[in-house]
Amino acid sequence: MKYVDEFRDPEKARTLTKEIQGLVARIERAKQRPLQIMEVCGGHTHSIFRYGIQQMLPDAVEFVHGPGCPVCVLPMGRVDDCVALAERPEVIFTTFGDAMRVPGSKKSLLKAKADGADVRMVYSPLDALAIARKNPHREVIFFGLGFETTIPSTAMTILQAKAERIGNFSLFCNHITIIPTIKAILDSPDLHLDGFLGPGHVSMVIGTRPYDFIARHYRKPITIAGFEPLDVLHAMWMVLKQIAEGRSEVENQYGRIVSDNGNARALAAIAEVFELREFFEWRGLGSIDHSGLRIRDAYAAFDAERRFPVANLKIADPKACQCGEVLKGVIKPHECKVFGAACTPEMPLGSLMVSSEGACAAYYNYGRIDTTGLRQRKSDKALA
Amino acid sequence: MNNQAAERVTIEQGIRRRSGRVRDASINLAHGSGGKAMRDLIEDVFLGAFDNPLLAAMEDQAVIAIADLARHGDRLAFTTDTYVVDPLFFPGGDIGTLAVAGTVNDLAMSGARPLFLSCAVVLEEGLSVDVLRQVAESMKRTAAQAGVSIVTGDTKVVERGAADKLFINTAGIGVVPRGVTISSGNARPGDAVLVNGHLGDHGTAILIARQLLALEADVASDCQPLGGLVAAMLAAGPNIHCMRDATRGGIATVLNEFAQCSNVAIRIHESRLPLREEVKGACEILGLDPLYLANEGKLVAIVPGNEAGRMLAAMRAHPAGEHASIIGEVTDEPRGVVVLHTGFGGQRIVDMLVGEQLPRIC
Repeated sequence: MKYVDEFRDPEKARTLTKEIQGLVARIERAKQRPLQIMEVCGGHTHSIFRYGIQQMLPDAVEFVHGPGCPVCVLPMGRVDDCVALAERPEVIFTTFGDAMRVPGSKKSLLKAKADGADVRMVYSPLDALAIARKNPHREVIFFGLGFETTIPSTAMTILQAKAERIGNFSLFCNHITIIPTIKAILDSPDLHLDGFLGPGHVSMVIGTRPYDFIARHYRKPITIAGFEPLDVLHAMWMVLKQIAEGRSEVENQYGRIVSDNGNARALAAIAEVFELREFFEWRGLGSIDHSGLRIRDAYAAFDAERRFPVANLKIADPKACQCGEVLKGVIKPHECKVFGAACTPEMPLGSLMVSSEGACAAYYNYGRIDTTGLRQRKSDKALA
Repeated sequence: MNNQAAERVTIEQGIRRRSGRVRDASINLAHGSGGKAMRDLIEDVFLGAFDNPLLAAMEDQAVIAIADLARHGDRLAFTTDTYVVDPLFFPGGDIGTLAVAGTVNDLAMSGARPLFLSCAVVLEEGLSVDVLRQVAESMKRTAAQAGVSIVTGDTKVVERGAADKLFINTAGIGVVPRGVTISSGNARPGDAVLVNGHLGDHGTAILIARQLLALEADVASDCQPLGGLVAAMLAAGPNIHCMRDATRGGIATVLNEFAQCSNVAIRIHESRLPLREEVKGACEILGLDPLYLANEGKLVAIVPGNEAGRMLAAMRAHPAGEHASIIGEVTDEPRGVVVLHTGFGGQRIVDMLVGEQLPRIC
């Protein structure tokens, strides 16, 4: 396929892998313990597993799968709120597909749908707006979810709804923003990250500048990366090169999409419609200041939280669930006590087991080849 | 009785005996009542299309001579499947082609020669009779293509909303030739894994036909009966170890069943998977995996490694196997697992699908 196969060329991959081996041999630190590079974005996690990239790297480099899967960091209380909204008889509740399986404290949206709620899967918030136009006597709620990748399209939909004076459309806003979250992870005491692969599509919107503090203040190298397997390998090579040369900078591997300043129109639309919440609850990570967005007063008419009663209860994660430690890279998914036993993709206990971007689901679906003891995981060897 | 009166009685009897015609444009509850309207519907729509002596007898059952069956082999294969596809019509087929090809294929995967089918329909009140005629016509065409007869049936009508337009159940019988034993548990290390052509066409065609996505692509369902191809394969080599048609759940599901039932590893190679560019593109955009997409005319076969070349040639010589490919091999370890060697040089597990494939957010 044109413009896709070029980024999956096994020959180029072999060359890069060799280069990476050469770099790692030059890094002293890598002789004591494996270098830990966090891919922040769930899209990268998906690529890494889908193409088997971890096994192509030397033992002394490992990925830590970060918090950038919006479905995975959604707290249970918010899922309960979704279900409560969806179960109102006048409501058509619209959502992206992979949010439907996230477990709430009682049920998921998929279960609510089976129980009779009108839950519909959409591919874009504009599809939800179209449903609102077609069903003027119903209340259509869109479940807004995701980082800066999806926020602009939600913002544009609200602006469109206002321009068309559509009175039966509202947004249940669970949008989150990536920078405060990376900062929270960097401030966490039990962390040993050596560098980052920066998110690609988030950066397309926000640009590369917001990451400066990671390089300057925390002295960690970061490379913004694309999602094709060669992008990931190339970006990994760039981060390792920074480590080998003792640099910590913000570099951009995904220059074909990402500019330094981001997308001004998208940022303007976000700023017009949304403002930061004081804090927002993350599954596994707890409350993070200024990490969530809410709708500004000027657009209150489109805010489901103001139009309908929303309990917004804090529900503790199940006790056995170690999603937080996995998210921070403190443990590997298969080192979690309930991985593959009480928590599987069929019956997920923690949200990392839900989406294919979640580290645990990816390990379970694609990665057990390394954890069934057939080929001892590299990290296990290194830790032993 | 005077002559005039006698003549009137004769005319009335003629009218009563006259073979049925449906005059309504759409199905109503009377068409399932067991009365005249139902008889008219069956005679008009189904008897005409499925025309064969066993069905025309209009008995409650088709009676088949055992000797006629025994000519084909020594064991009976018996299967059933229900078809509920939405939309009813899609590029490359409709619920009728599916209802015949699907059941024929389930029979053929045992090596059986498919012979007789039943057809039971559940109609939603309000369904257009023309739609039903078109579907019956497709069933007729596909049955002729597959060399099977539809010999018994049933019609039910339910109130509007109690079913979605039209559901069809077909059961089928076929006869397995002597000496052929195909089973999911028969894969052995050293065997080769073959498919008969492009993967994921049906799943992609249905996704596009549902028009939920502003996607246009020229992909038609691969819906086709595979009895002929299987007969050609058996002629090339009767030692087929495992064979199954890869419908819902795609080839990933079939391969997992083989790997688990046979307690072997199955290794497939991404670069050898026959995939149309359009299907690859749709999967890229939607975040779907073609290994899990439904097919309706594709089979996965596992044969001894030293017979793989001959089998591939036989498959490619048949119209239903033109794009056949050897996609992988069976090994000892890791037992019970399907491993994909990615085109990029890595490897990963291909697991059973959990729930439905749901598109990713971003």
